[in-house]
Amino acid sequence: MSATTMSHAAGAPAKDPKVAAALGRRRRAVAMGVKAACYAATAIGLLLLLSILGTLFWNGFSAISLNVFTTVTKPPGSNGGLLNPIIGSLIQTAIGTVIGTPIGLLVGTYLAEYAKNSPLANTVRFVSDILLSAPSILIGLFVYQILVVPFGGFSGWAGSVALAVIVIPIVVRTTEDMLRLLPDTLREAVIGLGAPKWKMITLVCWRAAASGIMTGVLLAIARVAGETAPLLFTSLGNLNWSLNLSAPMSSLPITIFAYAGSPYEDWIALAWAGALIITLGVLGLNIIARLALRGRK
Amino acid sequence: MGDSMTQTTRTDAAGPGGLRARSGAALNEARIAVRELDFYYGAHKALKNINLDLPDRQVTGMIGPSGCGKSTLLRVLNRMYSLYPGQRATGQVLLDGQNLLDVGVDLNALRARVGMVFQKPTPFPMTIYENIAFGIRLHERLSKAQMDERVEWALTRAAIWGEVKDRLNSNAMGLSGGQQQRLCIARTIAVRPEVILLDEPTSALDPISTLKIEELIDELKRDFTIAIVTHNMQQAARCADQVAFFYLGELVEVAPAEQMFTAPTQKRTQEYITGRFG
Repeated sequence: MSATTMSHAAGAPAKDPKVAAALGRRRRAVAMGVKAACYAATAIGLLLLLSILGTLFWNGFSAISLNVFTTVTKPPGSNGGLLNPIIGSLIQTAIGTVIGTPIGLLVGTYLAEYAKNSPLANTVRFVSDILLSAPSILIGLFVYQILVVPFGGFSGWAGSVALAVIVIPIVVRTTEDMLRLLPDTLREAVIGLGAPKWKMITLVCWRAAASGIMTGVLLAIARVAGETAPLLFTSLGNLNWSLNLSAPMSSLPITIFAYAGSPYEDWIALAWAGALIITLGVLGLNIIARLALRGRK
Repeated sequence: MGDSMTQTTRTDAAGPGGLRARSGAALNEARIAVRELDFYYGAHKALKNINLDLPDRQVTGMIGPSGCGKSTLLRVLNRMYSLYPGQRATGQVLLDGQNLLDVGVDLNALRARVGMVFQKPTPFPMTIYENIAFGIRLHERLSKAQMDERVEWALTRAAIWGEVKDRLNSNAMGLSGGQQQRLCIARTIAVRPEVILLDEPTSALDPISTLKIEELIDELKRDFTIAIVTHNMQQAARCADQVAFFYLGELVEVAPAEQMFTAPTQKRTQEYITGRFG
């Protein structure tokens, strides 16, 4: 081994050991510098995140009690809770997911299994990606125009639809990505048994990609559960107990928005409690999504 | 098969350039007959004027260097290429006198008659039992008892029943590579095809699993007509009754295995078999 190295070096011009040492020192210094910068940036990011979480947990846990989950919103000073915003958020998130998931799943399937790289597919993919990063207030205004104005009022339905519009591109993206990960040999194996394409997709491809798609859906739920802007112009919020989807409906983000900006201490405490509930819910969903993805791999 | 006339004439004619060197003596009548087949990937012509008979309930080994068109030919025989726009075939592939390349052919029914096993094992993401039942359900309505019986039959024929009978309801992804490949063979024969196409079925497997698959092929040819693509000359020698040598998209020589390996008539065949290129 060393013999080959020697013979190799023999033909090349001789190295100046001093220059080599100086270059080595410089390389090490730059390496240290880059490493330090990366660590410092990570530390800053983590610190910010931890201080946000710390403040939230500190204020949230001191404000949370059974009362928060069992009592509806009441005027300041009358010991109200967050029951209607919690239920409202659950209902609108659930309906938004139920509407958005099948549409997203089918669009993602269309892109991955049928259209592939056709011009139409590329257009759909581009639009979906734009939608993915569109400011959510725009989506709220869009639904305001098509559902609130024509039907004469804010409603839970409008809020749910706005959330569904956010769910769709997320599910489209994960569905397509997960289906594209499947090897073509799997598809050929199904087709080779004499299966029609739709059975290949629904019985094998979807199943093979299920954990990935499920992760996308969970992440979409986590995303919409905390959305405020799309609901501002659609379900508006409701300080009274109401399960009527055709009327304005309460939701946690909107209530937090309203309470946190109020001058009343008990409302501000409730806003912290609400923020903590959303955060823990989203955290839980993310953990479940990760476990689901890992479990299948 | 009804085209034995064609066969005889062709044997006598021994095509232009002497491409066909069939002895015909030990081989059965053709189950599938390929006639003047050309195949294109877009503008690239991957198969040139192929004429080949697959003898009934015997094994045809297809050999040749990478890219010579042997796998392409397999993918013509069950119309797998039809999945991909831009790939097309002209000529005839006759199964029971019907040209499989015709526009009106029911591809799903065809693939039930001409099954395929791939290079890499491709178990479906479901239980072992469901993997086998999946293909059967596509083409038949069976009662639970009949289905159980058929699944056991297929797994037994694929020489894997003993290894999986106690865990039929566990996920097929948990099997070893060799077991997965035998499961895929079981899945293919469960549909009860007439012809089985094997595309380098052992290239991803260890020697012991390879041996099991080869023994299995020997056993399966009692019931099925088999075509196997292989890179392994010994495998062709061990398994095949008839051997076809492909080179650059052409069928250079086809002959009963014994003759192919002892006295090939073509120089290129001889050079390939003796390892001078490939």
